[in-house]
Amino acid sequence: MEIWSAEIRQSVLLTVELAAISTAILLVLATPLAWWLARAKGWWTEIIASVVALPLVLPPTVLGFYLLVLLGPDGPGGWIASLWGGRTLAFTFEGLVIGSVVYSMPFVVQPIRNAFAAMGERPLEVAATLRASPLRTFWTVAVPLARSGFLTGAVLGFAHTVGEFGLVLMIGGNIPGHTKVLSVALFDYVETSRWREASMLAGLMVIFAFAVILTMTLVDKRAARAAA
Amino acid sequence: MKLLRSITIVAGLLLACASAQAAQTNVAVAANFTDAAKEIAALFKQKTGHEAVLSFGASGQFYTQIAQGAPFQVFLSADDSRPKQLVEEGLAVAGNRFTYAIGKLVLWSKSPGVVTGEETLKAASFAKLSICNPAAAPYGLAAVETMKSLNLYDALKPKLVEGATITQAYQFVETGNAEVGFVALSQLTGSEAGSRWVVPQALYNPIRQDAVLLKAGAGNEAAGAFITFLRGSEARAVIERYGYVLDGQS
Repeated sequence: MEIWSAEIRQSVLLTVELAAISTAILLVLATPLAWWLARAKGWWTEIIASVVALPLVLPPTVLGFYLLVLLGPDGPGGWIASLWGGRTLAFTFEGLVIGSVVYSMPFVVQPIRNAFAAMGERPLEVAATLRASPLRTFWTVAVPLARSGFLTGAVLGFAHTVGEFGLVLMIGGNIPGHTKVLSVALFDYVETSRWREASMLAGLMVIFAFAVILTMTLVDKRAARAAA
Repeated sequence: MKLLRSITIVAGLLLACASAQAAQTNVAVAANFTDAAKEIAALFKQKTGHEAVLSFGASGQFYTQIAQGAPFQVFLSADDSRPKQLVEEGLAVAGNRFTYAIGKLVLWSKSPGVVTGEETLKAASFAKLSICNPAAAPYGLAAVETMKSLNLYDALKPKLVEGATITQAYQFVETGNAEVGFVALSQLTGSEAGSRWVVPQALYNPIRQDAVLLKAGAGNEAAGAFITFLRGSEARAVIERYGYVLDGQS
């Protein structure tokens, strides 16, 4: 009896792929956003921050509903899928990436924003007096100083995408190799009383979650030591 | 003012008594039977005063939950094998199992003219065909059997998308995310919209939908009454109206 079946391997690989791609996109989008949020002074800053943070509170089913209806072929956002020649965002890997990016955004933006805010103006001013261009200051001063924020954001974004379930269940269509990620495969196994595979996946997720939390704690500790 | 308050109190007490007499039962209902079950539960309440609290899901999902001790007292499955298995495992009361409906599978599209018959499946000029999970939902299994009977399963497989229940399979077509889908005839009752092909019975095994009284409902008055009501003429009229065939007439 082979437990580590091709089916399970496929859903694990797919999940890792989804989380890795989503995290990469998240870092690219979240960095300028976090920079702006950390430094902007206007009253609207917190309004934008709240919009970004919405997925913290919203059930994933709300997002699933919108993706299905508004971005479906009959919805106002139906054209988005045609950007890569698709008919609909649902049932596609790309659709899951878009959903994950929206859904995990606050988990990436928040730690980076905090790290940018924590360094204060001083290092940037010093860099400016040394005639560093703003862009150079950003890359050689701000980013290295905020690296623990980036690390936390990346780990949380990755982990949160792995843990996504409701959204994928609603728009995925359970297609092996495309949308049947770990959490949905587990649901499937439980639904059909395949306990052996279910325990396998559930155990894997517990180990993964433990590793994530432990990593986060160690990163925090190191950052605190470095700051002290 | 005082009078009004005492009337309110008396009315409240009366209501409390009434609800204490009427019993409640938790019924697990296969998703394809959703609308019919709601109507039957309303009639059931009218006639007996008992309340049937309905939960909807895939039959396989309910089977797993019941095997794990879920507090359902009656199970309306979308097949006969799971109720039979529950009886054999001692989780359902023996001698109470009966076929309340025989389901019909339909290929459906929201747009007129898209579905014309089995040639729609052969031409396969659609991107996505939605079905429900064949491992957990009997209508999904019937859909797979149909495609296999037509020797089209391998060709259509890359286009299949799965809903967790038949309700989700329907909703994928309804929202336009899938152009066509295999759904239950009961879901299309009361609407002529779109285009449909009622799949001939020869292409799949009959969807015999069995009801059982579960062990948890053995002593429950409302659960027993619900099973009895489901066999009665009023419930049977509703079931027929939703496009099901009744056992013993076909």
